[in-house]
Amino acid sequence: MSRSAAMLVMGVFTLYFLTPIWWLLTTSTKTGGEITSTVPLWFTANSFGTFFDNLARLFTYGDGLFGRWLINSAIYAGVGALIGTIVAAMCGYALAKYEFKGREAIFNIVLSGVLVPATALALPLFLIFSQANLTNTMWAVFLPSLVSPFGVYLARIYAAASVPGELLEAARLDGSGEIRTFFTVSTRLMAPALVTIFLFQFVAIWNNFFLPLIMLRDQALFPVTLGLYAWNSQISQIPELRILVIVGALVSIVPLIIAFLALQRFWSSGLGAGGVK
Amino acid sequence: MRAHYGKVTAAFAISALALTGCSAGGDSTDAGAEAAACEASEGPVELTFTTWVPGMDQVVELWNEENPDIQVTVQTGPNGNSGTYQNFFNQIQAGNAPDLGQIEYDALPNFRVQDGLENIAECENVAGSADQFVDWTWGQVTFGEEGSVYAIPQDSGPMAMYYRADLFEEAGIEVPTTWEEYAAAAEQIKAEGAYITNFPKTDVNWFAGMVWQNGGQWFANDGESWDVNLTTPESEEVATYWQDLLSEDLVSTLPSFSDEWNASFNEGEQWTWVSAVWGATTLSDGAPDTAGKWAVAPMPQWEADTQNAGNWGGSSTAVLKGSEHPAEAAQFALWLNTDPEALALANELGGLYPAAKSAADLDAFAGGVEFYGGQEIYDVFAEASANVDPNFTWGPTMTQTYTDVSDGFGAAIGGSGTLMDALADGQQKTIDALKAQSIPVNE
Repeated sequence: MSRSAAMLVMGVFTLYFLTPIWWLLTTSTKTGGEITSTVPLWFTANSFGTFFDNLARLFTYGDGLFGRWLINSAIYAGVGALIGTIVAAMCGYALAKYEFKGREAIFNIVLSGVLVPATALALPLFLIFSQANLTNTMWAVFLPSLVSPFGVYLARIYAAASVPGELLEAARLDGSGEIRTFFTVSTRLMAPALVTIFLFQFVAIWNNFFLPLIMLRDQALFPVTLGLYAWNSQISQIPELRILVIVGALVSIVPLIIAFLALQRFWSSGLGAGGVK
Repeated sequence: MRAHYGKVTAAFAISALALTGCSAGGDSTDAGAEAAACEASEGPVELTFTTWVPGMDQVVELWNEENPDIQVTVQTGPNGNSGTYQNFFNQIQAGNAPDLGQIEYDALPNFRVQDGLENIAECENVAGSADQFVDWTWGQVTFGEEGSVYAIPQDSGPMAMYYRADLFEEAGIEVPTTWEEYAAAAEQIKAEGAYITNFPKTDVNWFAGMVWQNGGQWFANDGESWDVNLTTPESEEVATYWQDLLSEDLVSTLPSFSDEWNASFNEGEQWTWVSAVWGATTLSDGAPDTAGKWAVAPMPQWEADTQNAGNWGGSSTAVLKGSEHPAEAAQFALWLNTDPEALALANELGGLYPAAKSAADLDAFAGGVEFYGGQEIYDVFAEASANVDPNFTWGPTMTQTYTDVSDGFGAAIGGSGTLMDALADGQQKTIDALKAQSIPVNE
């Protein structure tokens, strides 16, 4: 394929992927009535002011519920991804670097977890959490988020490739305990993989919808996805929510974009490193 | 309450129905279950109430101030069919359902056959409150069973015809009073370059309202098993009528409540909307530029000089299975749906049109409405409400029926098959769905 043909294909796909986000951006700068009465993919004369009006309404509607949802999402996704990454890294590291009976069996079981969609687990999880009286609490969304079979897989592959056994021997000879070696030596070598796992986990939790839908009753505990969905389902009763849902959707992807841009140089090298070895 | 039935939510509702059906299905046949005694609890009581009606928390605050011993916590979630019903079923199965839940009339039979509702007939004042509610709404919560009350009616959606008084007058077209005249007007309006109305293919409950007006019955339950009658002559008459309008391109087929749909009303492309009482605010919000130009008349009739009306939407406050305080929950539900202050606030904040007969006296429904040229439109709806056939019954698998019929409607609009085919198909699939859940059904 010639260079210009390749550029054309890429250009078309870039447009295809960016158009919805562009629509989200332009529509966020309109009032409810203007959505239908103005040009869909362009701004209006008052866009600037309207956008800030919309933002202000978004964060003040329902006693600042939206801000609360953002904080909840940040807790679920931020803390959940952090702890989930540590757990997955320890597990994958152990599977890669220690010889023990049943190692492959455990790895295969964990790996099969990748194949089970989270949606299929939501209902059984609900029944289990009901038994423990933990539904409608933050724990109900937080605890299941710590699990990342894909993270374990990635951590194992990466640890096997990037953490030399000789280095661990040397650390042991120098008198470093296993846990200390893991946190001071191994995690540094595994850093690109850890960033990748963190990002994947962060995005998965941030976008998780079904689990919170099933577990949570109290609006104050909702993550931003579920909150926007609940608003969206009420549009026919409260039309003013339409614009708030659109602006809210725009605001809710900002943290994801920031996380990706900030961690990009780590995670792209991390994904590649596993492949060549 | 109005609702939209997305395929995704419907599919997940059905799959989980199958799940709950496994465990609860065994109890589903004892339709004449005895009402348990309804004893008041000792000491202070805390109740939870799950709803999606905007402002309901503020209505409940009124109650909490006056009843320190019975405190109610409101939890809000997505619309019933968008997830809340599914959550109710999950919670009932897990034994931790809220004490009270908002349930639309068309979903109540489903909860009934899954044994998800407490019979509160024995609770104080409940059975005696029947005559406080519009007759047909009371029938919806008792299922016509003796000694049974499964919920307290909350709101209703009696139907009438919104129409552009100005356009009809300018064009010199008579405002139709029968469906025959309506079809004739549709042709004249088409000649003016507009549509008489929009056919809502996904709002099968709107279509059911039309059949309801025509004296049709989609479901019947003799206490032992269900009859499914989507294809009766009354139903066929309605389907054939709209099929003709569709075939001749006399009605548009925009997705209801969408932006384009609002825009077409706003720009005068739609001349009428046969809809429920709650549609009054939908219209005024969605088509602000047409303020003052609308009016409301009774629904067109199948026979001249009759007064039949259909109903679209409406919901109840049910006491869910497993509530430890059914007496207090019933007491609260009664207050919520009969107290004048509560009704007025629920209307103001949530747009509910109460099922209580006393609603006619509320200030909110008195006087003219500016958007409708100052007409006292709520009088029209109050009259419609009294003209709704009280015996209409919903089936226990409405979500699935809506989805199947809606798929068929979509195909018919696309040119393959007819509305009647869609009903016949829905009929068969509904029977299959009932059988799959071990709900007895007559063929």
